Amino acid sequence: MAQLAWLVPLFPLASYAVLAFRGRALGERAPYVAIGAMALSALLGWGAFLEQVAGAPPYVWRAVWAVGGERTLTVGYTVDPLSSITVAMITLVGGLIFVYSVGYMRGDPYYARFFAFLSLFCAGMLTMVLANSFLLMLIGWEIIGLCSYLLIGFYFRRRSANMAQMKAFLTTRVGDTLMLVGIMALFWQFGTVDYHAIFEAVREGGESASAVVRLGGWEVPLATLSALLVFGGPVGKSGQFPLHVWLPDAMEGPTPVSALIHAATMVAAGVYLVGRAYPLFFYTPHHEALAVVAWVGTLTALLAALMALAQDDIKRVLAYSTISQLGFMMAGLGVLGYAAGLFHLLTHAFFKALLFLAAGSVIHAVRTNNIKEMGGLRRFLPVTFWTFLAGFLALAGVFPFAGFWSKDEILLEAYHHAPAVYALLSATAFLTALYMSRLVAYTFFGTYRGPAHPEPDPWTPEDYARAGLHPPHHGHGTPHESPRVMTGPLVALAVGSLVVGFVGIPGTGPEGGSWIHHFLKFEGFKEAGIHAPSFSWPLALRSLGVALAGIAVAWLVYGLRAVPSERIRAWVGPVYPFLRNRMYIDALYGWVFVRGGLLLAAGLRWFDVHVVDGLVNLVGGVTVVTSRLHRLFDTYVVDGLVNLVGWVTRGLGLLLRPLQTGRAYNYILVAAAGLGLIVLVSLWRL
Amino acid sequence: MNAEALAFYALAAMVLVGGFLVVQSRNLVHAAISLVPTLLGVAGLYVLLNAEFVTAIQILIYVGAITVLILFVILLTEGATGLRVRQRNEQVPLALLVCGTLVVLFLVVLLRVPWGPPTGPMPAYNPGAVGRSFLIPYVLAFEVTSLVILASLVGAIVVARREG
Amino acid sequence: MIGPAHYLGVSALLFGLGLYGVLTRRNAVAILMGIELMLNAANINFVAFTKFVDPTFVRGHVAALIIITLAACEAVVGLALVINAYRHLETVNVDQVNLMKG
Repeated sequence: MAQLAWLVPLFPLASYAVLAFRGRALGERAPYVAIGAMALSALLGWGAFLEQVAGAPPYVWRAVWAVGGERTLTVGYTVDPLSSITVAMITLVGGLIFVYSVGYMRGDPYYARFFAFLSLFCAGMLTMVLANSFLLMLIGWEIIGLCSYLLIGFYFRRRSANMAQMKAFLTTRVGDTLMLVGIMALFWQFGTVDYHAIFEAVREGGESASAVVRLGGWEVPLATLSALLVFGGPVGKSGQFPLHVWLPDAMEGPTPVSALIHAATMVAAGVYLVGRAYPLFFYTPHHEALAVVAWVGTLTALLAALMALAQDDIKRVLAYSTISQLGFMMAGLGVLGYAAGLFHLLTHAFFKALLFLAAGSVIHAVRTNNIKEMGGLRRFLPVTFWTFLAGFLALAGVFPFAGFWSKDEILLEAYHHAPAVYALLSATAFLTALYMSRLVAYTFFGTYRGPAHPEPDPWTPEDYARAGLHPPHHGHGTPHESPRVMTGPLVALAVGSLVVGFVGIPGTGPEGGSWIHHFLKFEGFKEAGIHAPSFSWPLALRSLGVALAGIAVAWLVYGLRAVPSERIRAWVGPVYPFLRNRMYIDALYGWVFVRGGLLLAAGLRWFDVHVVDGLVNLVGGVTVVTSRLHRLFDTYVVDGLVNLVGWVTRGLGLLLRPLQTGRAYNYILVAAAGLGLIVLVSLWRL
Repeated sequence: MNAEALAFYALAAMVLVGGFLVVQSRNLVHAAISLVPTLLGVAGLYVLLNAEFVTAIQILIYVGAITVLILFVILLTEGATGLRVRQRNEQVPLALLVCGTLVVLFLVVLLRVPWGPPTGPMPAYNPGAVGRSFLIPYVLAFEVTSLVILASLVGAIVVARREG
Repeated sequence: MIGPAHYLGVSALLFGLGLYGVLTRRNAVAILMGIELMLNAANINFVAFTKFVDPTFVRGHVAALIIITLAACEAVVGLALVINAYRHLETVNVDQVNLMKG
């Protein structure tokens, strides 16, 4: 199976090609191409995964792409526990989202285009996961970035969507550029882009790995520098602070996109990369790169959770939640919780996708995103309600759902390795439970309020006409449950949110730890004498308590209305607008980078128009002036000389004319005088 | 002073005074008449130079024919009536200068020349010698000159003829 | 003794007078008279040379005779021209004859 793993990204790629050229013709049947491709990939992927579960050795295939002296560029793929379990997750969750999209996107004029881009995305993501060289990884990375851009701006006629897709692309580009520099630094240092070669070299240390770079007045170890540069990519793609600003706006895209790309997979790519390149981070002096990762993650988790508390858009709350949970994952990896962070990645994929899809179902029913305009929907959308609840409990970390096990792992590692991080993450867990409960309360409980103005259609009548469809009519009746094609995946994901966590139960693994800890091992830990902390019941109970406390508080405020939320809002004063406006970070970026960039552009344009064009015009002007001077010269000097010759001749002629008097006696006189002169002269000589 | 010198100076005076009068007389007729003593003086000088034949011819032709011819023409062209007419033109000062210079130069030249003795004796019989010269060494000049006379005769008649 | 210089001196002065007359006089006939004086001066030179320089073949006399002859011819033709000019131009003053001016 593993030998065929290279086909896994190719099925979705073929689906993209087919849909790109023949999608419009296929019409309603377009999704089947995509789903079929995903099914094939799932088959192969799960086959390889199960092989790995059964204990098969990792399979590596590589080829040299280019050679330059002693340096080589290689490509290839690796099937090992990490890559196989991630592939399994992507194909399963992705497949379910595809099925859901069949119902959600029905009636959209660009139905086929949607599935084409989704397929391309999956191809890129799977490539990135299976790659064993930074080069191939980068290719996949860039593809998923492109697809994110395309899918955020899927409703391209909406200006807000256009702005959002640009924001996403440009912000992640900042991170991508840093990552590229990091990869180049690695290539320069080690002469290869192959994971294995680089990680071995870093592990062994030695002179190339302990090189030092002088930056300003500081001496930074090159290993740390390259690791942190490479970390730049994940900071962007996984929405870590300070490059998190694009994720909330990415909610402009259709809900399945939010589920797949901005919850389960693409944003997870950053975390995956950190996990994949763990040696790069681990083998820095005092694991300092990992410390940076941990703190960036922790900060992100806390700030995002705070901001989630103040949002009214259901998808925005979930977006900030995603950012926060990604921070959790990074923090987990950073505090030497290799398996913990990656485990949370896998569980989060399930329940976050579930939450987004369920939110999509809600939005589909009530045609608004604003939770203040919802309420009491548990009566109208029962399946949606119960599956959303499952996802909610998983996210909040309530036993026995998946999130409890994975989040608790991270807290455990943090408690043992970095208590400060543990404290902050616990606070974040409390906030997580709080804002999610608020969300559930507003959406599903109470009385239905209904939207003030329903969301306008993203497409124009021309778009529908071109696709041969009629613009949909929306009745203003009571909200109703979504079709089975949408609720089916919801149920499946809900089951997953419960079951997937079980691989993290202590005792499932051979040495007493959990199975997942056994499956996802980092060899460096054993060498360094780092042991995974054993399960601690007190700690687990404490985290459960924190979660329940959050839910309780939310129930009091939002459910029972014991303390009206308005009073709290007034009591916290400026804190509420501060959080609601995303801590003004977006505004800051807008002022500094966007306006700054535009000012710079205007300045350069001024320069171009006045200085550069001025110079050009000057040259032209000088030429004109010179030619005028030349003409003057020609007229007065050259022509003057010519005229002078004529004038002189005429003058001489006029001077000599009087000699011709016509009188013979004058002539004789002259002749006689001449004779006299000659005689005189000849006498003089003699 | 011997006789020759006396004769010479007298004749020279005649020539030069006469010449002066020729070129200076207001009255054309006076000028023409003054030609006579001038030319006669020249003839006299020829005698002193032992050129008897030339003397004769001089008197015959110059004094006799040419002077008369000039007088005739003066009368025919009413130049005799021009007493009130200015006879000198505007070139007088310059002409004086030029002529004066030339004369001075000639005198300078001829005074510097070392005149030696003559190369041989003068022939005793002048006309014979002239005749022999014309007919033997210079016969061509002789013939051509006669042609010139012919041509000028014809030409003069043609030119001076009244029209019609 | 009366040598060649005397005679040549006389002839030089005579020549000068004649030239002055030619250059100065307005009447055409007067100019002709001046020419005659110049010719005579030349003749004096020739004859003087025969006596004082080279009497062989009396060459000087021959020259003088030819000159006299030619002077006569020339006077004839010249005077004929004067008459003709007088008929056409109503004047014998040479400074009034400037048709060739320019």
